[in-house]
Formats: sequence, C-alpha cells, structure tokens
Amino acid sequence: MFGYYLDLALRSLKRSPGLTVLMVLAIGFGVAASMTTWSVFRAVSGDPIPWKSSKLFVPQLDIWGPETRKKGGYDHLPDALDYTDAVALMRDHRAKYQSAMYQISPSVVPADAAKHPVHVSGHAVYSEFFPMLDVPFLYGSGWTAQEDHERAHVVVISSKLNRKLFGGANSVGKTIDVEGKDYRVVGVANHWNPQPRFYDLVNSGGFHTDAEDLFMPFQTAIDMGLSNNGNTNCDAIPKEAGFVGLQHSSCVWIAYMAELDSAGAVRSYRDYLKNYMRQQQQSGRFAWPPKTELRDLPQWLSYQHVVPSDTKVSLLVALGLLIVCLVNTAGLLLAKFLRRSGEIGVRRALGAPRAAVYAQFLTEAGIVGLSGGVLGLLLTGLGVASVSWVLPKDIAALARLNVSLLLLTLLVAVVATLLAGLYPTYRASRVQPAWQLKSN
Amino acid sequence: MSLEIKPILVALRRHKAGTLLIALQIALTLAIVCNALFIIHQRLAIVSQPSGVDEADVFVIANRWADTAQSTTQVDAQVRADLLALRQLPAVRDATPSSGYPLQGGGWDNFVTMTPDQTKPTTDAAIYTGDTHFIDTLGLKLIAGRNFRSDDVMVMGTQQSITPPTVIVSKALADRLFPGGDALGKSFYAMGTTPSTIIGIVDTLHRQGVDQWSQAHAGQSLIWPLRADDSRGIFYIVRAKPGQLATAMREAPKALYAQSRMRLLDLKDSIQDYATIRHKVFDSDRGMVILMSVISIVLLAITAAGIVGLTSFWVGQRRKQIGVRRALGATRNDILGYFLTENFMISLAGVALGTVLALAFNLWMVTHFAMDHMSLAYIGVGVLVLLLLGQGAVLAPALRASRVSPIEATRTA
Repeated sequence: MFGYYLDLALRSLKRSPGLTVLMVLAIGFGVAASMTTWSVFRAVSGDPIPWKSSKLFVPQLDIWGPETRKKGGYDHLPDALDYTDAVALMRDHRAKYQSAMYQISPSVVPADAAKHPVHVSGHAVYSEFFPMLDVPFLYGSGWTAQEDHERAHVVVISSKLNRKLFGGANSVGKTIDVEGKDYRVVGVANHWNPQPRFYDLVNSGGFHTDAEDLFMPFQTAIDMGLSNNGNTNCDAIPKEAGFVGLQHSSCVWIAYMAELDSAGAVRSYRDYLKNYMRQQQQSGRFAWPPKTELRDLPQWLSYQHVVPSDTKVSLLVALGLLIVCLVNTAGLLLAKFLRRSGEIGVRRALGAPRAAVYAQFLTEAGIVGLSGGVLGLLLTGLGVASVSWVLPKDIAALARLNVSLLLLTLLVAVVATLLAGLYPTYRASRVQPAWQLKSN
Repeated sequence: MSLEIKPILVALRRHKAGTLLIALQIALTLAIVCNALFIIHQRLAIVSQPSGVDEADVFVIANRWADTAQSTTQVDAQVRADLLALRQLPAVRDATPSSGYPLQGGGWDNFVTMTPDQTKPTTDAAIYTGDTHFIDTLGLKLIAGRNFRSDDVMVMGTQQSITPPTVIVSKALADRLFPGGDALGKSFYAMGTTPSTIIGIVDTLHRQGVDQWSQAHAGQSLIWPLRADDSRGIFYIVRAKPGQLATAMREAPKALYAQSRMRLLDLKDSIQDYATIRHKVFDSDRGMVILMSVISIVLLAITAAGIVGLTSFWVGQRRKQIGVRRALGATRNDILGYFLTENFMISLAGVALGTVLALAFNLWMVTHFAMDHMSLAYIGVGVLVLLLLGQGAVLAPALRASRVSPIEATRTA
C-alpha cells in the first residue's frame, strides 16, 4: 500500500511544483538555521568530562568580606583563591584528589641553538591534577606527590610541543630548557584539550583553540618565580611589589579543584571548608562570619556563564525561524490537500477508510519533510562551515558536522513536517464524500 | 475602489484555518524580525564606537621578553633603547610604552574614589600607562591642561603598583567625577593611598574592554605617567606617518630585534594594526549582526512566499465566484482591491498579535540575557515592513484574479 501512496504523493507534488519547491525551501532553511545554531550551542554547552563531572568540585572562600562586595556592587564570593588559602587547602589534603593551579607562560629554549626561544602556555599544578582529570598520556605519566614535595624540576608536555621539540619521539627522561633551567620530561599528554577549559574557567573564560603545552609542579613554579600569566583580582593593592608580593597579598589568582566521590565526602568537605574559615576568623584574619561555597562542575560551568548568551539568543531566534517555517508549511499543505477535496471524496465514496486518507497525506508530508531535510543537510553543512565568520574563532572551531548532527537534521525535518501536516491531513480526512460528489 | 469588509469577513470565515495560519506566521515573523532588528541596530552601534585613536596609522606591538628574570633597571634600559629605535624609524611618527591599548578586549581598571576612605567607589576607570609621547602616539585630542613632562614619568616594575601624583583623564571620566566641568587641577584616588591630580583632559579615549559590564563606565579612562617595565613584557604603541603604516609595521620588529634578540615577537597577535584589533574585539557583535540579518531576510522571504502560495490557492479556488462577480459588473480593480483588502485585514490581525509577541520576547530577553528594552520604533518599522510585504506578496495572485474573465462564471468546475 505504501508504494501506492508514494506514487500518489509524487504525482500530487508534481502537479504543483511551485508550491512543492516553496515548502521544501522553507523546511530546508528552517531546519538548517536551527541545526547550525544547535551545533554551536551543543559544542559550547557540552559536559567536558561527563564521566566524573558530578564528582569534581570548586571551592570558594569569603576572604574579602561583605564590605568589599557591597563596595564592588556584587554579591558573589571571589572566583579564585589567594596563595595562602590555596596552599593551606593543599596541605590539609581533605579530598581524594585536589590541585591548586595557576596559568604560566614561560619561554622554552630549544636544544638546537639556531632556533628562537618559543613561548608556551601552561599551568602550574599538583601531581593529583592528572589522575583527577583523567589526563590521557601518550608517553610516561604525571609526576609523583614526592616530586611535588621536593619541588622537582619535572614537566609534562603536550604531544604538540613534543613534536616541536623532539620530533614526536618518546621524550620521557629527556630534558628541556624552561626559562633557562633544565626540566626532566616525565610525561607527554595525548591531545588533551577539553572544551570548555573547565579546570581554570576564571582564566580561560571557557574556550581556547590552542591546547596547553606544558604542566609543571606548582611549588616548583613558585620557587622559580614563574609569575602568574592569568587574571589577578584584588580587593586592595598588594603591599609588596613583584610576584612574591602577590603571594603575600589577598589578591585571588589561583584556581582550585577537588574530587569528592560520595555525598558523605562532599558533606565533610563542606564542613572542613567552614571550619577552616572559622579558624581563620578566630585567628584574627578577618572579622566577618565565615562563608564558603562548594559547587560541582556542572553548577560551576553555569555559574560562570560559560555558554555565551549570544549563543542562546541565536539558538532561540533560529528555533523561531523553524516554527515560522512550519506554520508556513502547514498553511501550504492545508491549501494543497483541500484543493483535492474532490479526489478525496471519490476515494472515500469508493470505500477508502479515513485511515487510508491519513496514510496518503502523511506520506506526502513525509516526502516534503525528507526533501526539506536533504536540502537542510546541505545548508547545515554550509552553515557550519561558515560559522567562523559569524562567531569568535575559539567557539566556531568547536562546531562540527558529525553523523549524529546529520541524522538529527533529517529527523527534525521529517518529524516537524509531519507535525505541520497533521492538521491539514485531519481536515482532508473529514471531507464529506457525498457533498463533494454532489457539488461536482 | 470601495472597501468590502463585510463580504471579505464572510469569505474568510470559510477559510478559518488558512487565515489563522497566515496571521500567525505574520505575527511570529514580526516578533522575531523586530527583536532581530533591535539586536542588529544595537550591535552596529557597539561596533562603530569611536576609540579616540588615529586608527588608520596606529599599530600595537606586544613585546614579550625571553628572559623574565631581568631586574626592573635592566628592563627599563631596554625599553628606553627600544623606544628610541622605534621613534628614529623614518616611517614612524611617534611611539609610547603602554600597559594596554583601547579596544584590547580587557585589561587593567581601578575603582575611583574622591576620598581615600570612601567605601562605595564613585566610578571605575580603565588605566593606561604611558610616557610623554602617549597622547601624540595615539592621536588623542588634548582639550584642557597640559601633556606630561619627562619629570612626571615614573618607572613601575613587575606586578608593582605605583600611584603617580599626576594624571590625564578622558573627558568622560572628568565629567563623571566633576560634573561642574572644573576637573582640571582637582584630584581623586584610584585604589591607592595617595591622590592623583588631573593635569590634562583628552577628548575621547575608549576603554580596553568592550564587554557589557564596562558599558556602564563607557569612555572613562585615565593615563598615568608610567613606564610599565614588567619583566614579562610590554606593549609598544606606534604611530606611523600618514600612509606609511605597512612600512612601519615591517620595519618596527627589525629595529627591535636589532636592539636585542632576547624577545618574542613571533606570535600571531604580536603586531596588529587597528583594523585587526577592531575586527577581533567586535567579533561576536559583528557575528550577531550577520546572523540576525540572514535570519530576518530568510524569514521575510518565507513569509512572503507563504502569502503568495496561499493566496494563489484561494484565487484558484474562487475563479468561478470571481467570474460571477465580473459578470455582474465588478471591475478588475474591484477584484484587485478585494484581495488586497483581504490580505491587509489578515496582516493587521497578524501584526496586532505580533506586537504583543515581540514585546513579550523582548521582555523575556531583558530578564534572561540582560538585554535592553526595545523602543517601540522597532515595532513600528516591523509593522510597516510586514504590511508592505503582505501587499507586495499578494499583488501577483490578486492581479491574476483580476484578469479572470467573466466567462468563467459559465464553466462548471
């Protein structure tokens, strides 16, 4: 029977090619606009580490107090930690894994003297950073807690920097020159560039096209005076100058993340943070009541507004376009179906049940949807390819065509067109055979 | 051409669903297009903000030192030598050291207070550092007071903070702090314990940032007479002689490397002219303009096509009635007027609903995305566009209807 409906539908579509083309165009453009913006939205709102994002937590401590908040006209706690608290939290070591981290940008001098020094970007982190974030390794591994403690001169480099410096060979055990000092390579990370850069949102703002080149032990970086290359926020100007002055100040510039595996662990970590702040208050560091926050990664991403509001507005407007296209298609299908009232009347009079009329017209709507979907596929491909001149580069690079997006495009087109065709089909099935036969 | 509202209404009642769908489509289109227009207009205003800089001739060098362990004295000697070399280039008019530059996309800003112990700051100012050449290099207009003298200029080391006793402020900041227009000679505090006295006022000097947060403090910036000798790096802002931008941009890095090779100028954003800087900082705003324009055009095209399609169908369906009317004495213009009026009435219902939807959509965006309230002018424009679009779209089918011959009345089907 389906073959017959297909045949009927094709005949009907051929009878009014203008109308058919119009519907296919509308569906195609509507679907393509929404799918293109959807691909961007999906890319920026995805969970960067879905298998354990609910176990990763970011602490915030109220070290500036309510007075500073009032002064600045905001009501949130500082987004990062100062040096004192970051080191204290690391020393207390209350989570399964934890790491303080700050952004560095040292120069690396290639062994080949003829080459210029290269600037790399990276983070100073603790050894637990690697197991906590499941950083994949091409060669070697992260360093040990012992090496953290000894302030060892070790580094983990990216596979990209490894290619640049060692031609991609296994460089574990080799040394590299960072800011004039030798460091031993202990691991090479394997294409690790999570988006958004969730472990340090404060400095990345979310998205970065370039992967990080280098990680080194936190205390080693502090020892070597590798100053912070990320954001620094202060409630007051530091009393001493330089990087050491920054470490003694109440400025916040250190990101922090902890892994807590159970609800119990989260509870006791919250208590620990409260207690820590209470001790600080009692020791006379500040006078206001202790206040802390502990957010898991999904909450932290939304709290930091990682998804740009422009992306959301674009998606909404594009969905609006899709709805208009569907209303448009519904109107045109209605016109098209009712024009054939006579034909429906004859079919019904000859014994076709309502279900047969439904099947016939929904088949026709489905074909329109499918063709619209195919056009939509082409346009979505075009759209995704050209988002780079509509969106900032860091975000545009994330929008990709893949099989699931393509299937979704087709599915949305067909389902949406069938929905748009429901009412017109219903009207068609209500055609009174007797009346049609009489009036003709 | 008489208006035949009653018979049209009667006829429309026989096409309830189609009429509703067209009206709904017009309403939704209006709601989206108004808001898109509003966004476009807003973003265009942002993209074309003046920076105060002589953008045709100015470029910025982000100079990073290869050795970050140098002392402030070493860095300062190098910075002075670099500036001397840059200013001596034949294609260069002037150059200044700086901690940042207008439209950089973010940078140093401080709260400003009138007294040192004031709890709530008066406002916020973007901070630029520079020497006696800053104003001439950027091409700023000094509208009151004097420029810095070389004895005003102080040296600031890595992550050090110094509050110089003299400051030049933008007009926007001067007016904000001293609405009476008597800012010159007055002083204020910018997160330091000592005051800075205003010795000069420049006309327009945009902040480094363009984000929504800084819009509340738009144009409020100050220049401190400092050489920011940070051991990590420094910005050199250079102004080429008119028409020699490309030459100056080619010669500048060579001159700097000739001074010392211990620097990094090879990153992709190490040397940028203002066209690039402007392009980059307004990336997402320009993107929204393009996206919203494309969507609006597609929407209007689809709505117009939908009206053409549905009206054509109605005309086809009513050929016989039209023939009868023609036979009974209706002129071609009567038929044309009938369809134009019909469309006008549907459109009117559509835009009425659309106005409500547009305002609701805007209100929703105001609460969720900190968008501004849309002025009614946008709705006015949108309504006009859609009514004209409807009339234009219906014209072809209506003309076809008017050409139906009275003879059709006698045909059977």
